[in-house]
Amino acid sequence: MTEDMTQYPLRLEGDDAPMIRFQNVTKKYGDLTVLDRLDLDVAAGEMVTIIGPSGSGKTTVLRMLMTLEQIDAGVIYVDGEPLTHMEKGGRLVRGDAQHLRRMRGKIGMCFQHFNLFPHMTALGNCMEGPVQVLGLSKREAEERALELLDMVGMAEKRDEHPSRLSGGQQQRVAIARALAMRPQVMLFDEVTSALDPEVISEVTSVIRALADQHQLTMLMVTHQMGFAKEISDRVVFFYDGSIEEQGTPDKLFDSPDKERTQQFLSAVLEAT
Amino acid sequence: MSYLEFLNTYGEALIGGSLMTVAQFVLAALVAVAAALVAGLMKLAPVKSVRGIATVYIELFRGTSLLVQLYWVFFALPLFGVSLHKFTAGFLTVGLCFGAYGAELVRGAVASVPKGQWEAALALNLSPARRMWRIILPQAFIIMLPPWGNLMVEILKGTALVALISVADLMFEARQINSATYLSAQAFGTALILYYIFARFTVTPLMRWLERTMARRIGKG
Amino acid sequence: MLEWKWDFTWTILPRLIEATGKTVLAAGGGFAVALVLGLVLTLAQRTRFRPLTVITRELVELVRSTPLLLQVFFVYYVGPQFGLRLSPWTAGLIAIGLHYAAYLSEVYRGGIESVPKGQWEAAKAINLSVIKTYRRIILPQALPPALAGVGNYLVGILKDTPMLSVIGVAELMHTANAIGAENYRYLEPYTIVGLVFLALSLPLAWLFRRFETTVRRKLGLIK
Repeated sequence: MTEDMTQYPLRLEGDDAPMIRFQNVTKKYGDLTVLDRLDLDVAAGEMVTIIGPSGSGKTTVLRMLMTLEQIDAGVIYVDGEPLTHMEKGGRLVRGDAQHLRRMRGKIGMCFQHFNLFPHMTALGNCMEGPVQVLGLSKREAEERALELLDMVGMAEKRDEHPSRLSGGQQQRVAIARALAMRPQVMLFDEVTSALDPEVISEVTSVIRALADQHQLTMLMVTHQMGFAKEISDRVVFFYDGSIEEQGTPDKLFDSPDKERTQQFLSAVLEAT
Repeated sequence: MSYLEFLNTYGEALIGGSLMTVAQFVLAALVAVAAALVAGLMKLAPVKSVRGIATVYIELFRGTSLLVQLYWVFFALPLFGVSLHKFTAGFLTVGLCFGAYGAELVRGAVASVPKGQWEAALALNLSPARRMWRIILPQAFIIMLPPWGNLMVEILKGTALVALISVADLMFEARQINSATYLSAQAFGTALILYYIFARFTVTPLMRWLERTMARRIGKG
Repeated sequence: MLEWKWDFTWTILPRLIEATGKTVLAAGGGFAVALVLGLVLTLAQRTRFRPLTVITRELVELVRSTPLLLQVFFVYYVGPQFGLRLSPWTAGLIAIGLHYAAYLSEVYRGGIESVPKGQWEAAKAINLSVIKTYRRIILPQALPPALAGVGNYLVGILKDTPMLSVIGVAELMHTANAIGAENYRYLEPYTIVGLVFLALSLPLAWLFRRFETTVRRKLGLIK
């Protein structure tokens, strides 16, 4: 399938240009269409939460942004520039490795299972990117890492390996590790799903602080409806590979328009 | 001749042979590790022809016998203008043979590092080479150490075959003593014990120590 | 310099083909010895009689950590010193069979240990005898996970048969050596021997994997 790329702008300009734009994005796994012609904008500094049943494609949205998955059609823009594509001779072509590396620098991600590097300490995890990718000196990187570990309340555990940390502690280190790269966009992929109930709040409070203090653009997938309602600027409900409904948390949680949204929310609330 | 007299007379030859076995083993092990690393990583390369070269090397050495390889390198390779001294031919062939087995260990270990580690390294924007070298290989190393312990013993045993191209190792000396004296139980029995001590009380504990040290370094000790 | 002589190749080929039969025979015989002896070594280690388990354990370790070549010499030459003369074939099959029995006993052990403890308890609960528990409950379940290891060692035995040439078992390697010495040409015989081993071991590994699938299907473990 060849796509007419002239329908997509080479870059997004103007003061109202979004930080993230999905334009007509389709993702397939074989015959299965996970995302069908998705259009979604996220403004700079906005906190958007994606909810929906499993298999609705919500995690795929984050994974495509992190370039962990290739897209089959459409274009994703980040910070005004195409992420998945690049300009060549006045038109958009698939981004090469170099382009992807440059664009990935704008984005940070936290995973459901933390994915900390087990052979490095908490501090080592947070210094790895700054030293190896950004080229910071060890001293600068350590300073930055300690500041962030302190912010997530993990400074005392700086010399521990991940295997000696609880799930909540590991996830907080993972947040510090992602922030150490100074991203403009942060992605949180079900970061509390693998945690024991009693430690969930130590992770959510870190994210809450981030939302309050920083000018980060954040995109989050979660099953914690209460948390989503409290923290988000906007909530997007995904169903079967496309956006069923979106709006402010109050609107979406308290008086959703669509029946599927109502069904999903009542099923989730019943389960908790 | 009592066993003590036997040791008195032939001890020196057996010690000399043992030292040669140690030398062959250490060099063969180094060759095997290097070859395994190169071939194992080539096997994971995205380029098909690179994978193909690694596959040919691995299947060629795993599909034929070490003894056949040794004879071929020592007797047939000179016809191609490559004449190796028997000492070099010995450890090089043994190393390349077991390197082919080791390559599968490298490939398997790298493949069994959880996918999330690759993704986290990518999310941190590490270059492909750094992802492999700093994130994946250290973890793969821990995973493959136990089977490498077994492979090291196999390499040690494999070096006995160099006696058949007249490298004067422990096997060679035992055979010399046997044909001079017909004291087969003493000659071969002593060699068996020496190999056993070397394998069970030197090579294996060393590898276990390495496993423990590495596990401690990643905080799993 | 390199020159491959085709006419020489054709003259020696019949002898090498005949010797290939001997190689297959040696591998098959050694494998048969190893299969049975391996099970004996495994079960001996699982008895309650402590001296037997300790001695068997050490024997397995000794055999596994010393070179097969040395064991071949040992079995062949030590007998006559005590008045027991073994033919090269007998000594060869004992040596290679014992060597691989030690490896197979570890494979069997792994298979048996992979059977969940609850299976032993369930067998006891319906009052099966120890022998029946092994034969009807444990071994059928221990077999599939052990099969891959058994297959690897079958190929391993095949590739180790050239070592029997040193005591005069007239298999492939022995024949190739003889041809080389008679004609002062080693390139063709050794290359052919290498190719024969490739031609035998690759399909053998493939066949055994198919056999493994068949067994798993018969036991209802896969569809």
